[in-house]
Amino acid sequence: MPTFVYMTKCDGCGHCVDICPSDIMHIDPTYRRAYNIEPNMCWECYSCVKACPQDAIDVRGYADFAPLGHSVRVKRDEEKGTIAWKIKFRNGEEKNFLSPITTKPWGTAIPQLADAPGPSQELRDSQLLYSEPEFLRMDDGDLHTLESNGLTLKEGVYY
Amino acid sequence: MAYKTIIEDDIDILVVGAGLGGTGAAWEARFWGQDKKIIIAEKANIDRSGAVAQGLYAINCYMGTRWGENNPEDHVRYARIDLMGMVREDLAFDMARHVDSTVHQFEEWGLPIMKNPKTGTYLREGRWQIMIHGESYKPIVAEAAKKSADKVYNRICVTHLLMDDAKENRIAGAVGFNVRTGNYHVFKSKTVICGAGGASNIFKPRSTGEGMGRTWYAPWSSGSAYGLMIEAGAKMTQMENRIVLARFKDGYGPVGAYFLHLKTYTQNGMGEEYESNWFPELQKMVGKEYLDPEASHLTHRPIPTCLRNHALINEVNAGRGPIHMVTMPAFQDPHLEEVGWENFLGMTVGQAVLWAATDVDPKNENPELTTSEPYVMGSHATGCGGWCSGPEDVSPPEYFWGYNRMMTIEGLFGAGDAVGGTPHAFSSGSFTEGRLAAKAACKYIDDGKGEGITVSDEQIDRRKEEIYKPLVHYKTYRNEIVAGDVNPHYINPSQGHDRLQKLMDEYCAGVTVNYMTNEKLLNIGLKKLRIMEEDLEKLAAKDLHELLRAWELKHRHRTSECVTQHTLFRKETRWPGYYYRGDHMKLDDDNWHVLTVSRRDPETGEYTMEKAPLYHLVGDEEK
Repeated sequence: MPTFVYMTKCDGCGHCVDICPSDIMHIDPTYRRAYNIEPNMCWECYSCVKACPQDAIDVRGYADFAPLGHSVRVKRDEEKGTIAWKIKFRNGEEKNFLSPITTKPWGTAIPQLADAPGPSQELRDSQLLYSEPEFLRMDDGDLHTLESNGLTLKEGVYY
Repeated sequence: MAYKTIIEDDIDILVVGAGLGGTGAAWEARFWGQDKKIIIAEKANIDRSGAVAQGLYAINCYMGTRWGENNPEDHVRYARIDLMGMVREDLAFDMARHVDSTVHQFEEWGLPIMKNPKTGTYLREGRWQIMIHGESYKPIVAEAAKKSADKVYNRICVTHLLMDDAKENRIAGAVGFNVRTGNYHVFKSKTVICGAGGASNIFKPRSTGEGMGRTWYAPWSSGSAYGLMIEAGAKMTQMENRIVLARFKDGYGPVGAYFLHLKTYTQNGMGEEYESNWFPELQKMVGKEYLDPEASHLTHRPIPTCLRNHALINEVNAGRGPIHMVTMPAFQDPHLEEVGWENFLGMTVGQAVLWAATDVDPKNENPELTTSEPYVMGSHATGCGGWCSGPEDVSPPEYFWGYNRMMTIEGLFGAGDAVGGTPHAFSSGSFTEGRLAAKAACKYIDDGKGEGITVSDEQIDRRKEEIYKPLVHYKTYRNEIVAGDVNPHYINPSQGHDRLQKLMDEYCAGVTVNYMTNEKLLNIGLKKLRIMEEDLEKLAAKDLHELLRAWELKHRHRTSECVTQHTLFRKETRWPGYYYRGDHMKLDDDNWHVLTVSRRDPETGEYTMEKAPLYHLVGDEEK
């Protein structure tokens, strides 16, 4: 379902232009509002719909196979940490869904690795990555190796 | 052209493409390289770019070692079975032994992972899959990458890798242009971690109107990981191993949760089970070792995905379509119904839109399934990509040259779709590969391997001229015609894209020929691709957006050429259901139990093909 933009709602802020992964939301030079310049490169990912502060962007199912008269609307709320969907079928039936999008306040739970104590030479020479071995099993278990797991890499035909 | 040249110098680690692989690389690089200069170049906006831009409802690669669920070697065996033996098992083992730490980190960062209320463990969809509320998966990992990187350049389409002019076969950075300003960007870097993604839309899709955008893999997956690396002369592996997906018709909505969690199943148009009818004949093609339904039934050994596709394709061809997913029983349960819908809303909204538009409620009717056009990629259930070194404590000599995930070009590393031979990495595995590549890249720099890189002005100027040529070409010839897009001097990117899709479809085993090809067809395909390359020199772009599409097309074209070369080289049908070599319809372990490796000579454009030995993980009891 390629996206489209309602003329009376869009204020030309460009959030959709900024976020679109496919580079297809552009500002029309005459109307100074956004529109989808290449509907057949639209994945219906809803990135622009979610980003639009004016709720000006909607989706109309791909003309090749989707009949008119449906709608799938979304409200993504970073503060509440939720996403709400409303599906309206062609026959008028409705379904609503609500899901979490995060369990922590935005941007607070990811450490600055520049501030983490630097790795020792021993760690550098090992096969471990940052936060390992602790994060591998969340206990004192170590990284698996061929030796620890009784394995060999052998050339030949094995199934 | 009045575009500025902007040079970012003295970079230690340049991440090209910040999807799951690239974000993993940028994040981890800061730990091992605390004083290093880490730069990201991304053609879209890192907050919503790559294959996970839309979100995911499952993480398909998680061992659960902490709960005693699986060991890494179990996953390697699973991937081996699913890919009919063709896996770089050193890389797959390495990814699998680290992937849980990545997932545990995601949970710390706030990614909502569903829990089994009885056991407290992650809620399993299948043996390897866990269920998440992943609408914001990409923004969350992007946040991590942004915290580690010195600078993120959004909207930079990287067109070429830079090669060192001081030392042969060594990387020196990358170049590209800003899709908004048009400026020319030169990144001089000691290492490059390529995470530029796999390829959708190189084969003609089933939907060719607006619906062309409803590809299974994202339409912005332009095969740039392959285009960039092949062009630079890196060796590639398993590029013939394209994947065909059995998915909900038209919307290509995912079926994993439906099969595994909702326990839905397929039947033909008459309401009959059909898969097993095709297995006796299929067993003759691939051998009992690869398809043994009885043993599979007893031991839960999975039936390879390609072979299940084979049954679906043949059942439809026999006139007993369409194939239906039997959803009605499961959807009577309100909880399962909710899972079924949220599965789409979390990662393929388009399927929900389509069902709303066509009044398909899976509670009341069983939706149709179909097989997709082929895709070329290396992180989902297939293993196309670059030929890279594995870790020193695992890899045999043929698979090891100093630095984990380093390609055959010094200082060039890969992650995600860029890495060949590592199917079933998915999102978590791709992020993990990025982390592994980042640690290795830091080591490479600390060992002094990136010292003294030199990029000549000649190289910088030559690439600049190449990059903007489609804009110049358009300007030169546009006014020779009145209006429109028909011009004897040029084609535009969309016209070129149509040509590429048509020839790949018809000559290299696309959907309209039922995934069938042979030596004659492949040779014709190669000839057409060579002629197309001449026309790509005459691509015309009327603006920067079309210039982006022009370079995506060039990357897709180079990827397609490599895919065709590999398909020609492997003279067997290894994956019935993904593609068929009509002149070699059987699986041939005597000659082809090997990985295929190619190199395109950047000077001559000639390909050299070779077979690389396959090593398998063998347990003590099997020795």
